[in-house]
Amino acid sequence: MVEAPMTVTRRAARLGLYAILAAVAFIYLMPVWVMLITSLKDVEEIRSGNLLSLPSSLNFDAWVTAWGSACAGSSCEGISSYFWNSFQIVIPAVIISTLLGALNGYVLSFWRFRGSELMFGLLLVGCFIPLQVILLPMARTLAFFGLANSTPGLVLVHVIVGTGFTTMFFRNFYIGLPQELIKAAKLDGAGFFFIFRRVVLPLSTPIIVVTVIWQFTQIWNDFLLGIVYSGAETQPVTVALNNLVNTSFGGKQYNVDMAAALIAALPTLIVYMVAGKYFVKGLTAGAVKG
Amino acid sequence: MNQQTNTAGRSINSAALSPLARLQQALADQLPKLVMAPTFLIIFVCIYGYIGWTFLLSLTKSRILPVWKFVGFEQYEKLFMNDRWMVSLENLVIFSFLFIALCLLIGMVLAVLLDQKIRNEGFIRGIYLYPMAISFIVTGTAWKWLMNPSLGLEKMMHDWGWTSFSFDWLVDPDMVVYTLVIAAVWQSSGFVMALFIAGLRGVDDEMIKAAKLDGASMPTIYRRIILPSLKPVFFSCFVILSHIAIKSFDLVAALTGGGPGYASDLPANFMYAHAFTRGQMGLGAASAMVMLGGVLAILVPYLYSELRGKKHG
Amino acid sequence: MLKIKALVGAMALAVSAASVSAGEVEVLHYLTSSGEAAAVNVLKKELEKEGHSWKDFAVAGGGGETAMTVLKSRAVSGNPPAAAQIKGPSIQEWGELGFLASLDDVAKQGKWDSLLPPVVSDVMKYEGEYVAVPVNVHRVNWLWANPELFKQAGVAIPTTWDQFFDAAEKLQAKGIIPLAHGGQAWQDATLFEAVALGVGGSEFYNKAFHDLDQQTLKSNIMVKVFETFKKTRKYIDADAPGRDWNIATSMVINGQAAMQIMGDWAKGEFTAAGKNAGVDYVCLAAPDTSGAFTFNIDSFAMFALSDDEGQAAQADMARLVMEPTFQETFNLNKGSIPARLGMDRSAFDSCAHASMDAFVASAQTGDLVPSMAHGMSTNSRAQGAIYDVVTNFYNSKNLSAKEAVDKMARAIKASL
Repeated sequence: MVEAPMTVTRRAARLGLYAILAAVAFIYLMPVWVMLITSLKDVEEIRSGNLLSLPSSLNFDAWVTAWGSACAGSSCEGISSYFWNSFQIVIPAVIISTLLGALNGYVLSFWRFRGSELMFGLLLVGCFIPLQVILLPMARTLAFFGLANSTPGLVLVHVIVGTGFTTMFFRNFYIGLPQELIKAAKLDGAGFFFIFRRVVLPLSTPIIVVTVIWQFTQIWNDFLLGIVYSGAETQPVTVALNNLVNTSFGGKQYNVDMAAALIAALPTLIVYMVAGKYFVKGLTAGAVKG
Repeated sequence: MNQQTNTAGRSINSAALSPLARLQQALADQLPKLVMAPTFLIIFVCIYGYIGWTFLLSLTKSRILPVWKFVGFEQYEKLFMNDRWMVSLENLVIFSFLFIALCLLIGMVLAVLLDQKIRNEGFIRGIYLYPMAISFIVTGTAWKWLMNPSLGLEKMMHDWGWTSFSFDWLVDPDMVVYTLVIAAVWQSSGFVMALFIAGLRGVDDEMIKAAKLDGASMPTIYRRIILPSLKPVFFSCFVILSHIAIKSFDLVAALTGGGPGYASDLPANFMYAHAFTRGQMGLGAASAMVMLGGVLAILVPYLYSELRGKKHG
Repeated sequence: MLKIKALVGAMALAVSAASVSAGEVEVLHYLTSSGEAAAVNVLKKELEKEGHSWKDFAVAGGGGETAMTVLKSRAVSGNPPAAAQIKGPSIQEWGELGFLASLDDVAKQGKWDSLLPPVVSDVMKYEGEYVAVPVNVHRVNWLWANPELFKQAGVAIPTTWDQFFDAAEKLQAKGIIPLAHGGQAWQDATLFEAVALGVGGSEFYNKAFHDLDQQTLKSNIMVKVFETFKKTRKYIDADAPGRDWNIATSMVINGQAAMQIMGDWAKGEFTAAGKNAGVDYVCLAAPDTSGAFTFNIDSFAMFALSDDEGQAAQADMARLVMEPTFQETFNLNKGSIPARLGMDRSAFDSCAHASMDAFVASAQTGDLVPSMAHGMSTNSRAQGAIYDVVTNFYNSKNLSAKEAVDKMARAIKASL
C-alpha cells in the first residue's frame, strides 16, 4: 500500500468514520456495561443511583456470592456447580454434533447417492422447527431409551437439534473444495475414512471453528431443553440462573443477579473474544456460500 | 490428474476376490449410506415423526396432556377466532419485517465501514459481534431497565438536562413491539455484519482495481460491483434471520412477558403458553402447525432454488 | 396445649414410621421466593429425620409456569416426580388422567377431615379420596397501605370503592402514586377479581368465575365491574407494565405509592424490610370485601409410584406437611395462614390473625370464595381466557367495558 498524503477532507472523513464506529460500539456495549457496573455496586447504591453512574468503589462481593453462596431454589451454593454441569453437557454435545455434521457434510458433498440431495433438504427444514414443538414427543423418546432426565439424554437432544445446522455448515463448505482432490484420492484406492481423515479433515479447520463456536453458543445458552430434560442435580447454568434471579429473600439483590448472569455468559463471551477472528475467517472461507 | 490408468482399482476386480473380501467390498460401497444412517433416523423420527405427532395432536381435544380423541379441525377454527393469536401473528409480521430489514441494513453498513482498512478492526468487530454470544436470559433484565422510562434512557436524558426526551415504548401497547425489534437487532446485526464482511473479502479484487482505473468512485463501485456480488450473502442472511424471527421466544419472555396486556405476544410464546401452562395442548399444537406452515413457505422456495439451481463449487 | 398434643402424636408416628424402610421423594416445586425456600428446607430436614431422602427439584419463576412444563414432560415420559406442587382444579385434571396416588390412609389416621374446612378438603380430593395435601391458605383480597402517606394527604384508608377513588384523587393531588401495581396478566387479574368481589358480592363472583354462568358473565353488574376496574387505571403510574409484584410492594414500603391490592405474600416484603404491621403499614380487606375471603391454597399432590419405599416416603411427607410444626413455620415465612384449623396462633402477627378470623367467619357465611386469578376457581383454560380479556382491556386505549364483557363471555365459552 502506498500511503497517499491525506487531504483535509479525507482526514475529516476518516475521523467521521471512526466517530461513527465508536458511537455504534458504545451502543452495542451498553446492556452489558450496565450489567457490569450494576454487579459492582451494593444494593443501596443501585437504588439511589443512575443506571449508568459508575460504582463508588470496586466491590466484588456480589460476584463471590453469585459464584459460591447465592440461593437458587432451596439450595444456597451459588451457580458454580451448575457451571460445571453445563460443561459436561456442552462439551460432548458439541463434539458429537460437529463430528456428525462433518461426516454428513462429507458424504453429501463427495459421496452422493440417490436421494442424498433430498435428504439434505429434509435436514435443512428440520433446523427451522420451533423447539417447543418437540418437547413432549422428545420426552417420550428419551424415556423409551431410559435416558429421561439425565445428562446423556440432554446431550442426545442437543445433538439431534444441532445436527441439521452442523451438516449444513460442513456441506456448504465442502462443496466449495475442489472435487478433483477427492477424486484423485479415490483413484489412488484410498478408503472412505482415510480420505476423510487425511485429505478432507486437514482442510476443514475454518469451518470446524465456525461450527464449534455456533454449537457451543447455542447449547450453552439453551434454557428450555435444559430445564425440561436435565435431572435435578445436573441442571445447566442457565436454569440455575433463572432460579437464582427468581429466588428472592426480601428485596432483590440486583448486583448478585447481574454478577450471576455475567458469570453464566462468560464462557461464550470468551469464546467469541478469543475465536471471533477465526469465526469471520471461517465464514469467509466458505460457510456463506451456497 | 485425469489419468485413467488407475481405473483398474478395487471395484472392477471384485469378481476375482474371496467372499470375505467381497463382503468387505460391499460394505465399503455402502459406507457413505451407513454413515448417514444415524442422521437419517434422527430426521425421520425426531423431525418428521414429531411433526406428524404434533399434527395429530392438533386434531384432538387434548388439554393438560395428550389425549387421543379426535375432533377434526376444531382447534384451528378456535385459533383463528382467538384475538391474542391474531395479535401475535400481526406482531410477527411487523417484527420480522423490521428485524430482517434493519439487521440487513445495519449489518451491511457496518461491514462496509469496517472494510475501510480500519485500525483495530478485529477489536471493533468483536464488540459488534458479541451480542450473538449471549442469550436474552442473561441480558433481559438489563434491557428492561434501559427501556424502562423511570430507570433507563429516558431518566438518564432527563438527568442530563434533556427534559423533553421521551422513550416509553416498553409501556405503550402500540409501540412495545418495536422494543422487541431494538433488542433483537442489537443481538443479530453483528452476526449479519460478520457474514457481509466475509462476503466482501471474497469479492474479486481485480474487478475493483479495474473499475478504479476506469475512474469509478468508491460509492459507485460499491453500488455497481460489490453489493450485487453479495447477493448470495443477502440470501443466507435472510434465511438465517427469518429463522431467528419465527423462533423468537426468549426475547419476549425476558423483555416484556408479552405485555402490556398481550400486546407484544409472538406465536412461539402463544404456543408455549397454551400447550404448557394453560392446558390447551390441542390449540397449542394447532398454532405450532400454523407456524411450521409459515416456515415452510419461506424455506421451500429457498431450498428449491438451492438444490436445483446451484451445484457449483 | 393442642400444640403439645399434636407434637407428641407426631413423635409417636415418627417412631412407627422409622421402622419402614427409607425411600426417596423427588419434589418438584416453585416455592423459591421470600422465605418459601427456607420453609421448604424445614420440611426437607424433617423428612430426612424420618430416614427418607429429599430430592429437590425447584423450578423458579412465572408463578409455576415453567414448573408445569417440566411436570408435563416428566409425566409424558412416564417418569413423574414423587410429589409436585399443583393446586386448585388442576389437581382434579391430573386425577382424571390417573396420575395421582391416594393419601386416604394417612388422611384417616391424621383425621384430616376434621382439621380442614370442607372448602379446602374438597380441592384436595379426587373422587372422594385425598390426593393432595395443603400447605397454606393465602388471602388474596388484601389492601396494603402506607398510613404515613394517607396522613399527608389528609384522608382515611378506604374500605369501599367510593372511598378508594376519593382517596386516590387526593393522594394524586399531593403527587403520591395512589396505587402500586405491576402490569403483568396475573396482577391485573388479581386486581380485577378484588373489584369483582367488591362490586358484585360473593354470589355474583361465584356464579361468574366458578360456575362460569353465561348470564352472569354478560350481566350489567359485570359491565360495572369492568368500568370500576378500568377506573383504577388512572391511579397507577405509567411505568407499571411488566413490573414484578414485589417491586410494586417496595413502592409502598418506600413511600412512593400509597396502596397495593395484593395477596398476603406481600407481607413477606414488609417484614423483610423491617416494617411492623399496624404501625408502618396497614393491612385491610380490599374495598367492599371485608366480610369475604378470596382463598389461594398451595398444595402438594403425590404421584402414583410403584416402589414401597417411595410410597412410604410419600405418606410420611404428606403427614409431615399437615403437622402443626410445618404448617406454622411455613406460614410464618410465607405470610399466609395454616390450612389446618385450630392451631396455636400466638406466633402470628395481627394481619394473620385478621386473616384467620375472616377465614373461619366467611366459611360460615358463604363468603369464602376461590381466587380466579390464582387458579382456584376454574381450570387453567377458562382462567387463561379471562386473563387475556382482562389484561387486554386494562391496557387497551379504546376497548369499552361492554365490549370486554362480551369478549370475556365468548372467550370462556370457547375454552370449555
